[in-house]
Amino acid sequence: MPETITLQINGESVMVPAGSMVSTAVALAQQESVSSPRVSKGLDLAAAALAHARATDTQPLGFRRSVTGETRAPLCGMGICFECRVTINGQAHSRSCQIPAAAGQNVVTDCGATDCELSDDAATPDSRFPTPDSQLLIVGAGPAGIAAAIRAAESGQRVTVIDDNPASASPGGQIWRADQAKPSSPEAREWFERLKSVNVKFIHEARIFAQPEAGCLLAETADGSCELQFEKLILATGARERFVPFPGWTLPGVTGAGGLQALAKSGWPVAGKRIVVAGSGPLLMAVAAYLKKRGAEVLLIAEQAAWSSLMRFGVELIRQPSKIAQAVSLKKQLAGVPYWPGCWPVSAKGDGKLEAVTMRRGGKTCEVECDYLACGFYLLPNIELAGLVGCEVLNGVVTVNEFQQTSLPNVFCAGEATGIGGLELSLVEGQIAGLAAAGREDEARKLFAERTKQRRFAEVLNRTFALREELKTLPTAETLVCRCEDVSFERLQRQTSWREAKLQTRCGMGPCQGRICGAATDFLFGWGMESIRPPVFPARLENLTR
Amino acid sequence: MTFDVVIVGAGIVGAACADEFAQAGLRVAVIEAGQIGGGATAAGMGHITVMDDSEAQFALTNLSQQLWRALADELPQDAEYIECGTMWVAADDEEMDEVRRKQAFYQQRGLPAEVLDAKALAEAEPNLRDGLAGGLRVPQDGVTYPPCGARFFIERAESRGAEVFLGKPVVELTGKGARLNDGTFIAAGLTVNATGSWAPELTPNINVQKRKGHLVITDRYPNFVRHQLIELGYLKSAHSISTDSVAFNAQPRKTGQILIGSSRQYAPKQTNPVATAPGSVPADKQIDPPILRRMIDRAIEYMPRLAKLSVLRTWTGFRAATPDKLPLIGMSAIENVYLATGHEGLGITTSLGTARLLADQVLKRAPAISFEPYLPSRPMKEHDHA
Ligand SMILES: Cc1cc2nc3c(=O)[nH]c(=O)nc-3n(C[C@H](O)[C@H](O)[C@H](O)COP(=O)(O)OP(=O)(O)OC[C@H]3O[C@@H](n4cnc5c(N)ncnc54)[C@H](O)[C@@H]3O)c2cc1C
Ligand SMILES: Cc1cc2nc3c(=O)[nH]c(=O)nc-3n(C[C@H](O)[C@H](O)[C@H](O)COP(=O)(O)OP(=O)(O)OC[C@H]3O[C@@H](n4cnc5c(N)ncnc54)[C@H](O)[C@@H]3O)c2cc1C
Ligand code: FES
Repeated sequence: MPETITLQINGESVMVPAGSMVSTAVALAQQESVSSPRVSKGLDLAAAALAHARATDTQPLGFRRSVTGETRAPLCGMGICFECRVTINGQAHSRSCQIPAAAGQNVVTDCGATDCELSDDAATPDSRFPTPDSQLLIVGAGPAGIAAAIRAAESGQRVTVIDDNPASASPGGQIWRADQAKPSSPEAREWFERLKSVNVKFIHEARIFAQPEAGCLLAETADGSCELQFEKLILATGARERFVPFPGWTLPGVTGAGGLQALAKSGWPVAGKRIVVAGSGPLLMAVAAYLKKRGAEVLLIAEQAAWSSLMRFGVELIRQPSKIAQAVSLKKQLAGVPYWPGCWPVSAKGDGKLEAVTMRRGGKTCEVECDYLACGFYLLPNIELAGLVGCEVLNGVVTVNEFQQTSLPNVFCAGEATGIGGLELSLVEGQIAGLAAAGREDEARKLFAERTKQRRFAEVLNRTFALREELKTLPTAETLVCRCEDVSFERLQRQTSWREAKLQTRCGMGPCQGRICGAATDFLFGWGMESIRPPVFPARLENLTR
Repeated sequence: MTFDVVIVGAGIVGAACADEFAQAGLRVAVIEAGQIGGGATAAGMGHITVMDDSEAQFALTNLSQQLWRALADELPQDAEYIECGTMWVAADDEEMDEVRRKQAFYQQRGLPAEVLDAKALAEAEPNLRDGLAGGLRVPQDGVTYPPCGARFFIERAESRGAEVFLGKPVVELTGKGARLNDGTFIAAGLTVNATGSWAPELTPNINVQKRKGHLVITDRYPNFVRHQLIELGYLKSAHSISTDSVAFNAQPRKTGQILIGSSRQYAPKQTNPVATAPGSVPADKQIDPPILRRMIDRAIEYMPRLAKLSVLRTWTGFRAATPDKLPLIGMSAIENVYLATGHEGLGITTSLGTARLLADQVLKRAPAISFEPYLPSRPMKEHDHA
């Protein structure tokens, strides 16, 4: 494989390290265009770009233009928010953070702003995927999916795992994204090792969007679609970050916490950047440590939960030696970085891109100048696919019995989709699901005690990082809550339900299908979310006719 | 509480009626079980179009289209009204004959319509496939976003004194008023059943059936489609009233999105037998994959480049169909219970004409057009197309 890839961004050649996503290339190109020694072969491109970045980086990081004309850049880093959309080879609305950079790609930013001329070759027929034949299909190659696959395959099942991340990042899910080659923790090493000893088929870069009939799912691939038949199904679709709107949160430079980490893992330049990590949850520490390792200057970690709740959390940690070890190691890596509980962002400002963020702590506010605000308010289960398949979903989580079986007998669910609980719970749930799907209930039973322990920890976790009421007062009248359709807080205040908001304001009608604003309005107004219809992710029209 | 008129249903039809009656100075109450514009009005395409299946259909759609045009400047932004025109697409010579017949029909009745040959059609709509025969442009047709239109009518009626009761299902409707599910009786001199495809539940023995339709919406692709495009094969397929049918129908939204239709099904069976979990789509409203596929295939056949566009959502809705394809506007068999339903696939368009004709009847005004063809008491036989 070549070490670098050259592609065209808005007509200019840009070189990126192999394995980068298109989003990385766009970010580099924009830093470049300010003052550019054109990057030539042999040069360490990222380093060259970065050297210039700090001094000259005044260009907004524009990927797309919003409905009301704002410049936007990636938020979630995992293909959910659709802020990273660009036109790639004539295909408008392509998610640059999910598509690997390839030689000769022609990328145009600002998609949505102008008429699009689809090239004729964009309409040629596709090479369709062969249909894999498997007894057990697992959706999601995160820890839960990996653990399920291993235990089921060890029990003699024919297993296929499908995940929407590209092969350069997957398997691994969110926490072990792009970790397989060089695992970042002993736990990751152990599970990736174990994966080598079983026969599991992986399909990467394929996103399930519909269920044309029971026992069959449709996934969209880079240039086609594939149909997946199964006898049993395990949903290990994980979680996404929750975002809470505040003035300025749509500025380029404001990203998710896990979002910036995911972007950085695919090469997004963070070295030398001044970053505030904020929001809620243990994830903030992990993200800050990772960004620091990549050369970022982490100015502050702001946790909205109060000291008092964190202290109670600390007590629970002591009961779990492995988690203590993680915590200690994180603490060491983060030496010198202030960690402020009871602190949260109230607004972000900048001219076309983030320049400073105002933080509140103990009734006072202070302004921090920074390049990025990596900000996520805990996690939310991805339950859309379970809903599509017809599983019962209650209070935002998929209902399961002791064998991780959903309301449909042949469908199991494990990991964050059954409720936020962290890595260890995902692993043990995954194992139970894998064993139960393979008919080995007795083996599965042996893991119940461990799961009970992890669930107890999860409850503490969820209580500790519950969002404080003050966060509901952050949006002002003009703050956009729906980023896809640019619907302001004020307009939503006049609505009485999610459905009414959708019908009257278009909130939730954008390409993220309400995954971002639905979570926000649920927090702000207590509206539940509405029924799920195919496609559960936007898909090309031709793929809906399979 | 006593009103001059109680209107049940705040879809586009009930909303337009409320607006019309309030404007005429009547004391109006509107009762809606769900939310404003949340029924078929939230599902429909919002194409405002003049049709010519029959003289009566032409008269009502033509009147209505004129009323929409007159209203254009007053409509709020979010009603997304655009006068994009309709382009009837002819695939072959036979359909070109239909284009010419249709043009003559419209022209004779004062409606502008322009015949396009193959080349002119390709220039007007460059993303249509090659090899089509031509088309008919009806420039004054338009497109709107119906739920916000309904809200606009309701708000305007409220500003003229109408009272609106939301979230209150009516369980009994008589000529003297409406009883709500909590027992409250709202009295009125007359009542209007504007509950769309639910109308037979309140007024039994009326000939209104549910006719299911599927729609698909894409992300934003400004200028990809410029007119509301409809194949003329539509006339052959949509008119077979008893069998499932699909037709190519693509609409440019003001947002730059493309809305793709259309399908028609009676008493659709459930082909996707998934468990109905709480919060999931009710069985009868679920997507029916085979008919959705047929509909999309048809669209791609006419517009191959649609294939690569990103689809955000699919959904279904029910049209309230009558045997002769004309709505029911006027008094039912029950004294002082009026009907405003049965608008099939044209209720967004004909809501305004319906409201006008209903008020003309009730207030004994000189009617804008003859209302006889739409009276619920008319003899109805299945309409067959010429
Ligand atoms: C952005 C983010 C970053 C995180 N970073 C950390 C961290 O650094 N440290 C930490 O301790 N915890 C982190 N977490 C928490 C961590 O995700 C969980 O504790 C753990 O990974 C859960 O495992 P899982 O298998 O349930 O889900 P995940 O690891 O989320 O895996 C689910 C997988 O399913 C895929 N998927 C979902 N829907 C579909 C579909 N329709 N078709 C195909 N594929 C699909 C997803 O893309 C994903 O790869 C992070 C979470 C998020 C959301
Ligand atoms: C797929 C599809 C495409 C269409 N495309 C077009 C188009 O392009 N152009 C066009 O002109 N038309 C179109 N239509 C038709 C149009 O949508 C309908 O004719 C129109 O919306 C009907 O409006 P309505 O007010 O009669 O009914 P609805 O909008 O269904 O309103 C009825 C209301 O009554 C309420 N209700 C019901 N029962 C009760 C009760 N017991 N008590 C209180 N309230 C009650 C309901 O909640 C609902 O809000 C389309 C329809 C479909 C399904
Ligand atoms: S933020 Fe995507 S639909 Fe609202």
